[in-house]
Amino acid sequence: MGILSASIAKKVAMALSGLFLVFFLAQHFTINFSSVFSEETFNSWSHFMGTNPLVQFILQPILIFGVVFHFVMGIVLELKNNKARKISYKSYKGNTNSTWASRNMIISGAVILAFLGLHFYDFWVPEIVHKYVESNPADATRYYGELVHKFESPVRTGIYVIAFVLLMFHLWHGFASSFQTMGWNNKFSKAVKGFTKLYAIVIPLGFIIIALYHHFNQISH
Amino acid sequence: MKLTLKIWRQKGADTKGSLQTYPIDGIDGDMSFLEMLDVLNEELIEKGDEPVVFDHDCREGICGSCSLQINGKPHGPQRHTTTCQLHMRSFNDGDTVVIEPFRATAFPVIKDLVVDRSGFDRIQQAGGYVSVNTSGNTIDANATPVEKDNADEAFNSATCIGCGACVAACVNASAMLFTSAKVSQFALLPQGEVEATRRVLNMVEQMDKEGFGACSNTGACFIECPKDISLENIARINREYLKASAEG
Amino acid sequence: MSILDAKIPEGPLDEKWKNHKNSINLVNPANKRNIDVIVVGTGLAGGSAAATLAELGYNVKTFCYQDSPRRAHSIAAQGGINAAKNYQGDGDSNYRLFYDTVKGGDYRSREGNVYRLAQVSANIIDQCVAQGVPFAREYGGLLDNRSFGGVLVSRTFYAKGQTGQQLLLGAYAAMNRQINRGKIEPFNRHEMLDIVIVDGKARGIIARDLVTGKLERHSAHAVVIASGGYGNVFFLSTNAMGSNVTASWKIHKKGAYFANPCYTQIHPTCIPVSGDHQSKLTLMSESLRNDGRIWVPKKKEDAEAIRQGKKKPTELSEEERDYYLERRYPSFGNLVPRDVASRAAKERCDAGFGVNKTGEAVFLDFASAIQRYGKEQAVMHGNHNPSEEEVIKLGTEVVANKYGNLFEMYEKIVDANPYKTPMMIYPAVHYTMGGVWVDYNLQSTIKGCYVTGEANFSDHGANRLGASALMQGLADGYFVLPYTIGDYLADDIRTGEISTDLPAFEQAEKDVRERLEKLINNKGTKSVDDIHKRLGKIMWNKVGMSRNAKGLKEAISEIKALREEFWKEVKVPGSMDEMNPELEKAGRVADFLELGELFAKDALHREESCGGHFREEYQTDEGEAMRDDENFMYVAAWEYKGEPSEAVLHKENLEYENIEVKTRSYK
Repeated sequence: MGILSASIAKKVAMALSGLFLVFFLAQHFTINFSSVFSEETFNSWSHFMGTNPLVQFILQPILIFGVVFHFVMGIVLELKNNKARKISYKSYKGNTNSTWASRNMIISGAVILAFLGLHFYDFWVPEIVHKYVESNPADATRYYGELVHKFESPVRTGIYVIAFVLLMFHLWHGFASSFQTMGWNNKFSKAVKGFTKLYAIVIPLGFIIIALYHHFNQISH
Repeated sequence: MKLTLKIWRQKGADTKGSLQTYPIDGIDGDMSFLEMLDVLNEELIEKGDEPVVFDHDCREGICGSCSLQINGKPHGPQRHTTTCQLHMRSFNDGDTVVIEPFRATAFPVIKDLVVDRSGFDRIQQAGGYVSVNTSGNTIDANATPVEKDNADEAFNSATCIGCGACVAACVNASAMLFTSAKVSQFALLPQGEVEATRRVLNMVEQMDKEGFGACSNTGACFIECPKDISLENIARINREYLKASAEG
Repeated sequence: MSILDAKIPEGPLDEKWKNHKNSINLVNPANKRNIDVIVVGTGLAGGSAAATLAELGYNVKTFCYQDSPRRAHSIAAQGGINAAKNYQGDGDSNYRLFYDTVKGGDYRSREGNVYRLAQVSANIIDQCVAQGVPFAREYGGLLDNRSFGGVLVSRTFYAKGQTGQQLLLGAYAAMNRQINRGKIEPFNRHEMLDIVIVDGKARGIIARDLVTGKLERHSAHAVVIASGGYGNVFFLSTNAMGSNVTASWKIHKKGAYFANPCYTQIHPTCIPVSGDHQSKLTLMSESLRNDGRIWVPKKKEDAEAIRQGKKKPTELSEEERDYYLERRYPSFGNLVPRDVASRAAKERCDAGFGVNKTGEAVFLDFASAIQRYGKEQAVMHGNHNPSEEEVIKLGTEVVANKYGNLFEMYEKIVDANPYKTPMMIYPAVHYTMGGVWVDYNLQSTIKGCYVTGEANFSDHGANRLGASALMQGLADGYFVLPYTIGDYLADDIRTGEISTDLPAFEQAEKDVRERLEKLINNKGTKSVDDIHKRLGKIMWNKVGMSRNAKGLKEAISEIKALREEFWKEVKVPGSMDEMNPELEKAGRVADFLELGELFAKDALHREESCGGHFREEYQTDEGEAMRDDENFMYVAAWEYKGEPSEAVLHKENLEYENIEVKTRSYK
């Protein structure tokens, strides 16, 4: 793997792709959260993202590459790490020296990955079909309706909530950890760490609120 | 006090091992953990059984020979304490104590609780030194002042005893805390700067070759380290590595 | 008996070493490639020698019983390393360091060696700093010093309480560089079990691979023994569990004289024995005596009540306490040298005033220091009328700053808070000044067999000063041996590789194997530790801190009897062909059982008190040591003749041309 042969290089690649996804998540969240306040804003932002060629043909492929890279690298590292202890302990008290989240990134990551599959099936695939296969005419008002429709099912809403809880764990460890991996350790580290922990809670919680809002909003109507 | 010991017994590197149960009585709280094992071994010898083999030497917490995963934790329940300095008053009458070797593919079991930690030596041989010959003509020790904070920090990194608890504690059996402490000691001193690039690249390469896992910053190593080696060392080795990679 | 020649070069004291270096033979670099050197032991003396020899171009093989050279017991040295750098400008010089060392050794060390030690001491610090040893520094970035062991200057370099660790890691790093270059081949988890002598020269060793149990033959053009001291003959000591005399003893049996075995240093501030299960003793830095006051109860009833836990030491009033060091030595008080402090503690405990459950401990009390510092601090904070609690709080802070880590260590082991209740301490065996006799070149009486560090006898006389052991180990390894061994090896440039098929190797391996088989096949009932503990008790009670002719004679016959019992009754489980720590221990204890007898014999023959050797018959009316310079100003070097009792004494007369011989007094 050339430049990525060393364990530290792989970890840095993990950290960088992770940070990129964190950044994307913030942007995604901002747009989605607007749906709670204003149908129009949500529609117009979504329309921009869905039709802007820069977003569609440059950023979107980069994002997909980032996601795929992050999880492939995650699996490569997981395999290496599993090999590093072939015989496991009969008695192991990992919870006394580290958090569950930090030891189980592969689990939270796998759940998030499974969720991403569902998410792609729910939104991205229909969107691509709608735009590029069926070549439907542009409609700047359809997004809100599609979003709300997806949160009708309590099962799907539940799955989303669970996935976001796991995302919370994943971010709780991963976001802060990425700074350590990149060797970023100075007088701002404490503040940055605080920010990452806040982020890890607020963003997934926000997504949960969005999902629940739209779900219960429909029931009450 | 009375205890039930469950100890990993393994005849040799190529044989299969298992946990064996040994009841033990008359243990005094003032005994060290290893002295408790001495008592067990004396009993086993008397009965004509083979004593339990474990690594130990200085028994004052500095040589780094002793190891042991005790009830799921390297060096047992007490923080900042090696197994040889752990005392039996940390246990209660009637306790069951599970004793296993440090587990890592890079630390293969030699016999019973003894593992082969020579991987650590090879990591240091790959670059954990300053290339200076003994001549008696080196510059005067005070010719190069070193900032006190850096000197103290280098000392803190250098207090690593190479016991392997970091590897044993890590869910990935990663040797990053150990390697980073060694890299840090030299990175923080002007004497080590000259070879910094080669050093970090070679030592990390050797660390990977030994089969240790990658660091995922769980922080378990730092919690279990008997010498309180800080996680800043890991940030530093990452930084040094990136810098070195950029320089080629 | 013969008179030994130490081969000290002619000339003025400060030019001996320089002249010697200029006149000895050298080996050219191309020839060094064809010469092999074996180094047994990888502590400060062995590790530094191995690294330097490899740098010079020799092919070096190192042997250590630990799993890594870095674990040698040099690592446990706490205080520091002396060097006559005079960085503090307080008048230090090579001569002063030389003078202090000879005087501290009670005029029983060799002038030429000690002066050379002082001369190279400064180079050691330069070398270690260049290697990246993180010594303590001041805010200006320069090296810090502290004073140590009662000398009048600050010449001790240190790295917190872990100086030995840092220096050893430095030497180990230097070794690693040579291992990486292929110039050192390390044999870890290997134990040397015999030396091989071909045509009167040391040409190799027999070693046992401690993992597989296999016996191996290794040849070389010279053999360096750097295997440390033999304090474990006492079973309980501050040495590591594996520290042993085996390498030294094996060469002794093949012709190397063993010098001054009775010179042992007993360190006064160790954590007391807590019970029969005790496997080793832990040292607490000597610096504690700067602020701690040592006492026992005045009345025996109080001592008894404290032993039984019916009374607490803090309940005793000042009048009920006996600050015996302050009483006996008003001018030095608690700061008398190690040997004096140790003997005084033993005297009180033997008289029935010991304070722990075994009756072998005295108090080291910080209450007055806490009070004194507390009041000082209160005044400094402008509080001229502090409450008792404020004083204790402030005083505790000061004491914690100075000794916090030691107090923590104490609490970990003893489970008592030394800020609140006095510490308990007792003397313990710590270092052996005696060892294999070597000449000025560090060569033993076997040609081509060199001995360095604690394993030799040369530099400390009858008592070692604090922070001098590290200095000697590194001086020997970095700066002395690499030169002097060249003089010998210069004759070997055409020898070529030594074959391990020579009959001498075959014979040595056969002997080793037979001895191991004898141990393994012995159908006894007693464990090795059981016998080792009994040997330790004899040594401690009769050949320990104070000795007398009657006790020594008893010890000699008891040790002999115990040795016979050992060979009849010892039980070693397992087999030879596997990792077998019991077998390793058995071999070591067998050697201790021989050394112990010679040790007692040496102590019996030395009818004087000097340094660490105190004979009750030879003391002043006040109980102080009485040297006999007229009859005993010599090194006693013993030649092996089959049984320790038959050992033949050879003398090396000590001449003091540059120093006036005086009596030490601490009254």
